[in-house]
Amino acid sequence: MDMTGINDLFDQPLVVVNVGLKIFHESLKTQGALCVHVDWRPPAGGDPKILEILEKLGS
Amino acid sequence: MKNIIETANREGLSRIDNSQPFLVDIRFANEVLPGLHDFVIGHAGPPMDWEQMCGPMRGAILGAIKYEGWAAHDIEAEELAKSGKITFVSNHDLGAVGPMTGIITRSMPLFEVFNETFSNYSYCTINEGLGKVLRFGANDDEVVNRLKWIEVTLAPVLKNVLEMSGPVNLKVIMIQALAMGDEMHQRNIAASLLFARAIMKHLAKVDLLPEDRSRIVAFIMGNEQFFLNLGMAAAKAVMDSAHGIENSTMVTAMSRNGTSFGIRVSGLGDGWFEAPPDLPQGLYFPGFSEEDANLDMGDSAILECMGVGGFAMSSAPAVVRFVGAGTVIDAERYTREMFEISIGKSEKYFIPTLDFEGIPMGIDIRKVVETGILPVINTGIAHKQAGVGQVGAGVVRAPMECFIKALVCFGEKAR
Repeated sequence: MDMTGINDLFDQPLVVVNVGLKIFHESLKTQGALCVHVDWRPPAGGDPKILEILEKLGS
Repeated sequence: MKNIIETANREGLSRIDNSQPFLVDIRFANEVLPGLHDFVIGHAGPPMDWEQMCGPMRGAILGAIKYEGWAAHDIEAEELAKSGKITFVSNHDLGAVGPMTGIITRSMPLFEVFNETFSNYSYCTINEGLGKVLRFGANDDEVVNRLKWIEVTLAPVLKNVLEMSGPVNLKVIMIQALAMGDEMHQRNIAASLLFARAIMKHLAKVDLLPEDRSRIVAFIMGNEQFFLNLGMAAAKAVMDSAHGIENSTMVTAMSRNGTSFGIRVSGLGDGWFEAPPDLPQGLYFPGFSEEDANLDMGDSAILECMGVGGFAMSSAPAVVRFVGAGTVIDAERYTREMFEISIGKSEKYFIPTLDFEGIPMGIDIRKVVETGILPVINTGIAHKQAGVGQVGAGVVRAPMECFIKALVCFGEKAR
């Protein structure tokens, strides 16, 4: 497996976009990484029945 | 279906924003609330029986029974309350609202608010002040005597004042108060002063004993929450005008009876979608803590339905300290979050600290369920035992289960 690309990534300062759990964002910040947090959670908590209703009601 | 709902919701939003609530009169409950005669008690939140009631709700009912003279003391009042001879009714079903326990009985004077745009009325009790008061479940002689004074002395004077002043435009006061740092739920300092300014010159002309005039002025000017009940009556008149719009997913009432939290949805009739309420998170008066607190309670969340209270937290940086909600930045975050679950923004009520953006207006059950963001409510906290009263103030979220139940019902209706 060619790891060149991924190693190149870690050889430079990281800029991270964190989606979801804020604890990962906070952890990276304490390690000095540049990190932007996106407050996101699965729509309707991921419940398929509720998602079906929401789709029907055009949300 | 999406377009039909969006059209219905836009109509609802327009009705809220274009409503013009005016304080027009002081009326006694038995004159204006249908069926509120002897041995009938209106309460906050969805309907319930004595067996389901929490401590402060029971305490307030005992106080109301003594106030009406249906019993002489607490033991006799409790026997009567338990006996089945008392009918308990949800205030919302009477066209009224009341803060915290929200108790209304036949002899209580009410603010009468008229929504000039849609010709509908609403009613709310007169605010008793802070601390040991009936709405927080207190019920001793001091509480009952104050209620009698409100009925016998204050109410006729306010009625006389309104005859002289004519209708008082509550919308104008609320818009001004938002610009002066109120959110109209836990901070009503500016609104109360603006209301006092509107009536004082007329109050000065009423033929009164000097001691009565002094007490009335002190009562109104000494209560920073005096406007709360006026704001609630205004919000009830406003939200009722947006209720009953077919296909609208807008929440037209959120209310709590201390045991259950309920919401009503414009396109889903008069039924309540209920779930257990949460415990408010907040600050407590000296000597009290979370262990003393009752669960969330009161009709006052009608304010958040129209976009003030917790929804307009950013407008009231000072209130975040009072309700223990964090920092001024947190206040802005609360309001920005509420935009995510609202149908739109007001074009009449503005928040100066957000560069005059309109308040988030009209909660959409679809957005609440989809985003998982729950409506935020600023609230007082009652002691869980009967007879004690207010022990703090805080912030609470509406429970998700109410919105899921309403959404499922809407989905079934839309089949």
